[in-house]
Amino acid sequence: MIHDKIKTVSQQGWVLIFICWLIAMAALFGSLFFSEVMGLQPCVLCWWQRIFIYPLAVLFLVGLFPQGHKVDHSVVRYTLPLAVIGLGFAIYHYLVYSGFIPESLQPCSKNLSCAEINLELIGFVTIPMLSIFAYSAIIILLLIYRKRFY
Amino acid sequence: MKKNMIIVATAILFVVLFIVAATLYNNQKDKDLTSASLEKIEHVQRDYSPTMGPLDAKVTIVEFFDPACGTCSAFYPFVKQLMNDNPGKVNLVLRYLPLHQNSDVIVNIFEAARLQNRFWETLERAYQTRGAWIEHHVSKPEKFWQQLGGLGLDMEKLNEDIQSAESARRITLDIQDAQQLNVSKTPGFFVNGKPLVHFGYEQLQQLVESEIAANY
Repeated sequence: MIHDKIKTVSQQGWVLIFICWLIAMAALFGSLFFSEVMGLQPCVLCWWQRIFIYPLAVLFLVGLFPQGHKVDHSVVRYTLPLAVIGLGFAIYHYLVYSGFIPESLQPCSKNLSCAEINLELIGFVTIPMLSIFAYSAIIILLLIYRKRFY
Repeated sequence: MKKNMIIVATAILFVVLFIVAATLYNNQKDKDLTSASLEKIEHVQRDYSPTMGPLDAKVTIVEFFDPACGTCSAFYPFVKQLMNDNPGKVNLVLRYLPLHQNSDVIVNIFEAARLQNRFWETLERAYQTRGAWIEHHVSKPEKFWQQLGGLGLDMEKLNEDIQSAESARRITLDIQDAQQLNVSKTPGFFVNGKPLVHFGYEQLQQLVESEIAANY
């Protein structure tokens, strides 16, 4: 009985990290679709957000491969800081996008403005919004994981 | 073991989804671009543009170009070769899309040289001497000016003609037409009004050959 319960709990932990990995993979392939297929050039702030999400797709994957029956718990230690920093860039980008931070104060070249909105899915979903959603979801899941399983 | 299978299957699913979505997107874009430029056919060609080759040719290549663009320079002999391979059937219309800094001044010089019937000579000189007048992707008109010797140009007249309002008007209209047609990179090719959607030598050759087959 107790053995079964331990197994179920570790199963739940695995699912949390698995969802995190799915989000990171969706962000990775999604951003590559925007730039390589649709030809939208990533601006400087987009690159910073990519820097912090791409390694997550690899780190979660490594953590997912069980050692014995368990997920590698330490995956939280390495992924949470990346996700938090990435969320910082995403929020900053969103503020530039929505005009709270003036264009001139942020580090983009003239040719490739970070404030220019060049994609709005179903009318209002912009790329920084997707980025904020991905990072926040990963952070929330990791916090739950840390509290319950770490 | 089962979990590992889920992970591998998910990874494969991501890759497959990406490829399928990319293919669908590209097919749709091809269709949209082709139909859009056929609707905007009047923007593809203007009667004032420099033209090379027989005027009665039934296949016309329109090229939006920037003299400082390395790929335009590399494509120039290839486009000429295409015309030589199909004598009498293909002509070339050049339109200006000066994207590099100061390239608008260079194409102004081309227009002035054209008034002296030296357009193609000046263009070829520009391509041959690219290294001498382009610095870090910025065109240096005064350095290009120094390359113009031996072309038989009346330099004083050239200097007057680069002020021409008519040239400026044409260049502006070319740039506006490029925007209308979604040409944001050079060289931008159209063959009988159809855009070259997938860029490359072979793709251009195929497009030209299919138009020759359709018209001759």
